Amino acid sequence: MDLSAINPLVLVASLMVAATPILLAAIGELVVEKAGVLNLGVEGMMITGAICGFATAVETGSPLLGFLAAFAGGAALSLVFGVLTQVFLSNQVATGLALTLFGLGLSSLMGQGYTGIKPPPTARIEIPVLADLPVVGRILFQHDWVVYASLLLVAGVWAFLRYTRAGLVLRAVGESHDAAHALGYKVVRIRILAILFGGACAGLGGAYISLVRVPQWTDGMTSGAGWIALAIVVFASWKAPRVLLGAYLFGGVAVLQLNLQAAGIAIPVEYLSMAPYLITILVLVIMSADRSRAALNAPASLGRSFHASS
Amino acid sequence: MKPMHKLLTAAALSLGLAGAAAAQDPVKVGFVYVGPIGDGGWTYEHNKGRLAVEEHFGDAVETVYQESVPEGADAERVLTQMALSGADLIFTTSFGYMDATVNVAKKFPDVKFEHATGYKRADNVSTYSARFYEGRAIQGHIAGKLTETNKIGYIGSFPIPEVVRGINASFLHARKANPEVEFSIVWAYTWFDPAKEADAAQALIEQGADVIMQHTDSTAPLAAAEKAGGVIGFGQASDMAEYKPEPRVSSIIDNWAPYYIDRVQAVIDGTWESQDVWHGIDEGMVEIGEITDAVPAEVREEALALKESIASGAYHPFTGPINKQDGSVWLAEGETADDGTLLGMDFYVEGITGDLPK
Repeated sequence: MDLSAINPLVLVASLMVAATPILLAAIGELVVEKAGVLNLGVEGMMITGAICGFATAVETGSPLLGFLAAFAGGAALSLVFGVLTQVFLSNQVATGLALTLFGLGLSSLMGQGYTGIKPPPTARIEIPVLADLPVVGRILFQHDWVVYASLLLVAGVWAFLRYTRAGLVLRAVGESHDAAHALGYKVVRIRILAILFGGACAGLGGAYISLVRVPQWTDGMTSGAGWIALAIVVFASWKAPRVLLGAYLFGGVAVLQLNLQAAGIAIPVEYLSMAPYLITILVLVIMSADRSRAALNAPASLGRSFHASS
Repeated sequence: MKPMHKLLTAAALSLGLAGAAAAQDPVKVGFVYVGPIGDGGWTYEHNKGRLAVEEHFGDAVETVYQESVPEGADAERVLTQMALSGADLIFTTSFGYMDATVNVAKKFPDVKFEHATGYKRADNVSTYSARFYEGRAIQGHIAGKLTETNKIGYIGSFPIPEVVRGINASFLHARKANPEVEFSIVWAYTWFDPAKEADAAQALIEQGADVIMQHTDSTAPLAAAEKAGGVIGFGQASDMAEYKPEPRVSSIIDNWAPYYIDRVQAVIDGTWESQDVWHGIDEGMVEIGEITDAVPAEVREEALALKESIASGAYHPFTGPINKQDGSVWLAEGETADDGTLLGMDFYVEGITGDLPK
């Protein structure tokens, strides 16, 4: 077994890239769930963001506009979910699943004619001086701007939920929408805003796949990343820093298995291929083993519909 | 989610077909594809063959196709649908459709089937394939000459004879050009999944490979090579010209059009018979795409000379002495491989490290 071929620095750098889409989607979903809404449509919003971003970037030649379009596209699709579940009080689980199916079909329709095209490249930002630092430089300071944005977003969400009044209100809505309502907070409006944020983040994550990581458009190219993002939110027990940990862990295992293969490790390929998913399941099992704590962390009103007159 | 979407398209397709069947007469030719027609590789070329058939025969022929059909049970359903809706001739264009094709063919003795790259035949099932390994030998030579790290990354789809043959052919010729060459092989277990192919290419590049060869159908590995810089690759199944002159330095192009036109003509004439066709560079089924200026002139000359000698039959890419991976003798000095062994190839040749997954 020869592990010397695997350069740990490069491995860390590429796991950051592999983890960015799920990180973006998961941090968005975290805010949604903190507001007490369970949106299972992450996959559908990601793939819609992927094609919106790809099509816009190809037509305008600007990856930045592509990401903005992905942001808007994901948010627009999530608004469908928001209106259905918050205004018409439809079942959140069923609506979320429907949103995934709808997003997959819609993106496939929109993507007609975009297969096999190259998108404009997304600029890599090499932060001067820092990028040349021996170890850290390679890992941290030679990425495209979306990777930095995703890290800032995690920090921002963490600070927002923990230190701001608005964050406190959002959490209150998620814990007990009746109490929040009694205090005069607009539960439905706050939840729809949270849903929009979640959709926009998922859209960005999808666009990162189609514009940077692959970069290409194909039907169903997110291939389950949205579901993994959902699992990571539970894995993180609804805490922003742990979302980062979870996403990087998953990204790391996914990248490592390919590297192990390339290094010719004598483990059957099938085991390596299923490793990322096995680890996700394993972590979820461990998490839920400690019932009391998992239950404590979940927002108390998660998945429950709110109606002002009830 | 995906099967549902497939089901709906299949249903929509069959409705459309039922409506058209009333018109009668034109010979109806069906094509089943494993990827989307816009994959820029394997399926793209098969679809070009279909379009050539349409253009050649005009109104005398009607073609239908279905893309992204998963290998396995789904394929059987799609094939049954096509046969029921009145197709006279059906091309199934991926190895994994083999059993589905044979099964459905049994149920529809009057419908003719043509299965690409397989080995099971029947009275109404032909097989056809191209000698891609001839092109792989040429790519291997270029790769061996051009690599500076002496490390070549190879993305395999499934460990089936067709893919193993390609790995062996390119390895033998890369080693001949450069005895220091090592191969790293990653199995993607998919024909078409750009995200996975890109990640696999990325992993290989990170481990020092500066040549990426692929036996998967998308252009994603080339995109990864371009992004990394200083890495070359080859067009697979199609020219993939949008990545010229670098990273794509040459390509294998599968030209199915003449064969498809030929077989459709045979059905029209009533002379169609089950056969087994395996054409190579000589017959034009395998074409070598332009070797770009990124390749030194001298290497290009050698590659073209190799192509000539393979086309003329003067040289067989599997000419002994060749040992199997375990060191046992496969071909003695001057002996060439017979088609039977090549079609069932399930071993690496000597020098390739790692186990071939079973």
